[in-house]
Amino acid sequence: MSANAMPAHTEAELSAIVLEQADRLFRGEVTKERMAEADRGTWPSGIWMAVQQAGLPLALTAEQHGGVGLPPADALHLIRRAGYHTLPVPLAESMIAAALWAEASGEAVAGTLSLAPVGATEVISIERGSGSYTLRGTAHRVPWATQVDNLLICARDAEGSAWLALLPRAGLPEAKRRTNLANEPRETITLDGVIVREAAVRAAPASCAGGFLLFGAAIRAQQMVGAMERCLDYALAYAMEREQFGRPIGRFQAVQHMLADAAGQYAAAAASAEVAGEAYGTDDFAFATAVAKARVGEATGKVAEVCHQVHGAMGFTQEHPLHFATRRLWSWRDEFGHETFWQERIGRMVCSAGGEALWPMLVGK
Amino acid sequence: MHAFQFDAPRLPPEALAARHRVRAFLAAERDAKAFSPHRSSWSVFDEGFSRRAGAAGFIGVTWPKEFGGQAQSSLVRFVITQEMLGAGAPCFAHWIADRQSGPQILRHGSERAKRLLLPRICRGECYFGIGMSEPDSGSDLAAVRTRAVKQDAGWIINGSKIWTSNAHRVHYLIALVRTGDAGADRHGGLTQFIIDMSQPGVSVRPIHNLAGGHEFNEVVFQDYLVADDMMVGAEGQGWSMVTGELAFERSGPDRFLSDYRLMVELINRVGPTPNQQQAVEIGRLVGHLAALQRMSASIAVLLDQGKSPNTEAALVKDVGTAFERELPEMARKLVPVEASLNDPEDVFAETLGHVSLHAPSFTLRGGTREILRGIIARGLGLR
Repeated sequence: MSANAMPAHTEAELSAIVLEQADRLFRGEVTKERMAEADRGTWPSGIWMAVQQAGLPLALTAEQHGGVGLPPADALHLIRRAGYHTLPVPLAESMIAAALWAEASGEAVAGTLSLAPVGATEVISIERGSGSYTLRGTAHRVPWATQVDNLLICARDAEGSAWLALLPRAGLPEAKRRTNLANEPRETITLDGVIVREAAVRAAPASCAGGFLLFGAAIRAQQMVGAMERCLDYALAYAMEREQFGRPIGRFQAVQHMLADAAGQYAAAAASAEVAGEAYGTDDFAFATAVAKARVGEATGKVAEVCHQVHGAMGFTQEHPLHFATRRLWSWRDEFGHETFWQERIGRMVCSAGGEALWPMLVGK
Repeated sequence: MHAFQFDAPRLPPEALAARHRVRAFLAAERDAKAFSPHRSSWSVFDEGFSRRAGAAGFIGVTWPKEFGGQAQSSLVRFVITQEMLGAGAPCFAHWIADRQSGPQILRHGSERAKRLLLPRICRGECYFGIGMSEPDSGSDLAAVRTRAVKQDAGWIINGSKIWTSNAHRVHYLIALVRTGDAGADRHGGLTQFIIDMSQPGVSVRPIHNLAGGHEFNEVVFQDYLVADDMMVGAEGQGWSMVTGELAFERSGPDRFLSDYRLMVELINRVGPTPNQQQAVEIGRLVGHLAALQRMSASIAVLLDQGKSPNTEAALVKDVGTAFERELPEMARKLVPVEASLNDPEDVFAETLGHVSLHAPSFTLRGGTREILRGIIARGLGLR
């Protein structure tokens, strides 16, 4: 699926083809059996192989650095589709990490990748030695930390400048198993004077000045929109298939209104994620991402609640796949800052600018 | 699921130019103290403002030049309405004519009606109301009983309409009346007519709202004679014309910006260093507004392309009016204030008072929340 193979297509056509093929690939690869296996802690190597062969981890990496070079908004749509299919591998993390590393170093990096630190306050320090660098610090709840090939670390030197270090997972001490509610790995990484060779360290792009928080929030927002769409698909299908009192439960007004309410939450969330995707790489990215993570995070609670209510007891079992989506929603909404964190950030931004400054922020200057 | 599309609303250059023209116009209006934003919204009726807006070329911009319009894209109109709402401009006098009556006349009206009315609407001199609801026909619009009977000279109308905003001060209504049998689907036999409020046979009784304002009326027809060429569309086509316009009505920014000025006043009142609760809740409300703004703008583009995103439009109104209802409830929790109808010293208390008393109408007018949820459910395939 490399861009070179399809020279006759425009950028938009290429994006549409990549998205459609990826969707088909996810649908075929992510079976219920494989989801259950991944849920038990087995690395789904078959799924990752297929994703890698299709070139998806490099979707966001620029063409000149050996990537697919999808426009960011489309690459983020791809992440949304991965969320829809509850893809149990770190495609989103790998896409972002590969793109940032390529931007900093000019090199594409293959394999699975993740980002650390993820928190708003955690700091990894970096110190230059002769011919190498030393990293120190602890990063908590690092996505897929024990299962990726490389970790991309955003570290700060004594002057406060940000650096990116590409760290092979193999050399790091074993971390204790810790998972989120969907059994996705989220482990603590301790860097206790880890030596990194010079070639694996680069000055971070300006977009990483605030660490990885914004990027993490941006990918989780897209994944959540996808997973919410999946929940609604399940719920709408179930509502028309499950019969009580002689008719499908979806014919009852109480159920209809509940689902309409959830659809409204989903629609607002999808719209805000759309804005954030288009803002990737622009000055609007910080505000748009804050809005997206806040608005999407808020919507997930309602959508998951309604979809479970519609499914009744069946949705509370492992027999129905709804839980693969809802357990991810309940985890992802808290990762890279929960909605309260981002709401507060937006609120402070808006209040410091004053009431009249809000309008151009909403509709443009 | 029906995947909702909220694609990037790429505005044409003329829409961006219009944005700057409206902003300059509104700034001059504010400087001249022609309206006070904190007490104003699109449901404030101000003929002087509408005449000036018309003279400045902000009404009927999408209509052909021969009828006083400017043949602009609907996205230019979208930007104009956005800016009017954001500024809290008192638009109600021309709002209905610009939003729905004028477009209906342009599309379905007689040549005489178009020549008589559209240029005056564009100049901000001719105002309209909507004659749909009746005492026994609210959400169930198909139950309309006001009847028009064909005579030699035209049609004779008898019956009554209710909740007719501004009937006492507009020049015309477009009324939906029964001209034949409803048929099995109940949607047949309805026809729209332009009602000239200055003619005999139509009387208006005021209904004051709970805020003390006079906006609503009951309109009674007693042998009111309307000419044949004041029929809008063909006989019996009323239902499809009324429902065909709903995506325009429901997705517009007037469905989530009714109390936008309270948002502005809230931010100003809280000031640049909010406490945590204030920052969180204001940030949350801004997130809601930003999402609605995108939904509405994306739908405007689809409408401009001739599509009918009815489910998405109903979603904007349902989510948008829920936001409008929540804003005053949240504002009073964030600021220690006692809302007032007339506080000479506290702009915020006044804005909150005005909005709080109008809030119940937000989720009723233009289709109740419950009706909208039914439409959304149909769009989701549940009906």
